[in-house]
Amino acid sequence: MSSLPRKDKLETFELNLGPQHPATHGVLRVILTMDGEYIVDAEPVLGYIHRMHEKMGENRTWAQFLPNLGRLDYLSALSYNLAYVQLVEKMMNIEVPERAEYIRVITTEINRISSHLVWLGAFVMDLGGFTPLLYAFDDREEILDLLEAVTGARLTYCYFRFGGVYNDVEDDFLQGCLRFCKRFYKRIDMYHKLVTGNIIFRQRMEGIGPIDADMCRRYGATGAQLRGAGVNYDVRKNEPYSIYPEFDFDIPVYNECDSMARYMVRMDEMVQSLRIIEQAVAKIPEGPVKAAKVPKMIKPAPGDYHHAVEAGRGTFAMRAVSDGKNQAYRMKLRSPTYSNISLFREASRGMLLSDALAMMGSLDLVIPEIDR
Amino acid sequence: MERIDLISKLRSLAALGMPDEPEEVPVPAVEEEDEADAKAKKKKAKPEPRKNGLLETSHAEKGVHVDVQVNADQVVAAAEILNESGLSLDCVTGVDWLADKEMELVYDYCYYGDYQTSDGAAFRVVVRARIPRDEATIPTVSHIFPGANWHEREVFEFMDINFAGHPELKRLLLPEDADYFPLRKDFKGL
Repeated sequence: MSSLPRKDKLETFELNLGPQHPATHGVLRVILTMDGEYIVDAEPVLGYIHRMHEKMGENRTWAQFLPNLGRLDYLSALSYNLAYVQLVEKMMNIEVPERAEYIRVITTEINRISSHLVWLGAFVMDLGGFTPLLYAFDDREEILDLLEAVTGARLTYCYFRFGGVYNDVEDDFLQGCLRFCKRFYKRIDMYHKLVTGNIIFRQRMEGIGPIDADMCRRYGATGAQLRGAGVNYDVRKNEPYSIYPEFDFDIPVYNECDSMARYMVRMDEMVQSLRIIEQAVAKIPEGPVKAAKVPKMIKPAPGDYHHAVEAGRGTFAMRAVSDGKNQAYRMKLRSPTYSNISLFREASRGMLLSDALAMMGSLDLVIPEIDR
Repeated sequence: MERIDLISKLRSLAALGMPDEPEEVPVPAVEEEDEADAKAKKKKAKPEPRKNGLLETSHAEKGVHVDVQVNADQVVAAAEILNESGLSLDCVTGVDWLADKEMELVYDYCYYGDYQTSDGAAFRVVVRARIPRDEATIPTVSHIFPGANWHEREVFEFMDINFAGHPELKRLLLPEDADYFPLRKDFKGL
């Protein structure tokens, strides 16, 4: 840009980003209005992978809809599974055995780590660092092997059932989780040395991409965006579900509101998940993993019900309206990334395109979850 | 955020929407009786459509703390009250009540600020409004909560509900040439 004051009208041009662009991590398109290297306006265009899960929720029975949840956010599928089974359990007053709750927490938390690892690898790759992706996927592979052993799937898990989990875990799995935790503490240190301390990385992150608490509030953004803006909010603590109150873990909060803060929140969150897993493995009781009495035909009483969980990317909430039949009357899925990306237009205004892409990476987008 | 304050503001807002029942206007001194009344009424009058008013619901059962039904023209006033109290708009849901010939709009609000100083429990408020199905128009709240912009567009494209005053009410998730509204209950497929 010229340093002389501009007298003429702003001359801008349109730039199309995506839908097939590596930085958008899927099929997201952004129509950018640019003034040189600076963004004047950025309009996200959604819907390239829209599958109408909400309609499927209406014309499938409650049990048939269960596999759909793993296809929303394929990286942290178990959090979404958990939200749905807990919603139905809330509607039907189903008691879940304690062992099943522990298994749910262990698998969900280890899935959260694998989800954050994909984010870490892809995010650093957006900024030009290729190596961390390979390291992160190496760690993630360990988790996928563990989860494959209990759920039978590597990605689109459908492991939880109304009133419990599909099958019991073996001691091998629990020991494997502990071995993974032990290994991963060291790996986290390595990531901090490899990525966090890197001067190029820090200069691309610090003070870039400001998203403050009020912007999060106005757009309904949750997850690391909110905790990176100094708000100590995590559904696991503030609206407790399952057996999370029994564990001792912290919610990482950073006040800087920049991309670095969001990065640090997720890195610290992985350590907190390790703490939860270790405590859960130590405390897991023996017993059944399925509720004794789960009605074969799920027909919740008429009314509407809401349930929220802390998924990998923020608050995932479901609102189900029942009319007493074996199918939902209305199934609303409130996906966190949908709200998180909706602030991109306002937040990216005036930014350099390369910085905006770094900020987009720090939002941790999973497009199938936005488009549903 | 003062929860008691917020609840009483919403309660009086909802009370404005039912002028023919002056005995429903709450007096703070008998608040608890009022609540019990409302609950008993809800149980009795289940098949009838719900009247405007505020219910304090059990979070363990319903997932929300406060459930308010207001007139369609009051959703903006409700959004202003909730915005002043620092709540965030979580999502907007449309429900097509085909048998009642009505559309219901459900606004989910959540409070997640200032947990360092408060007791830390989340606070969820639901605002509902019903509009006639064949003339489905409701004022937008996107000027108060910019996040509502996309949520309202989504409701518009799935259910053909017009949000009056919305800055860009166009297709978001469906193709831009879509001329169907898949979440309307009379949608028969393509």
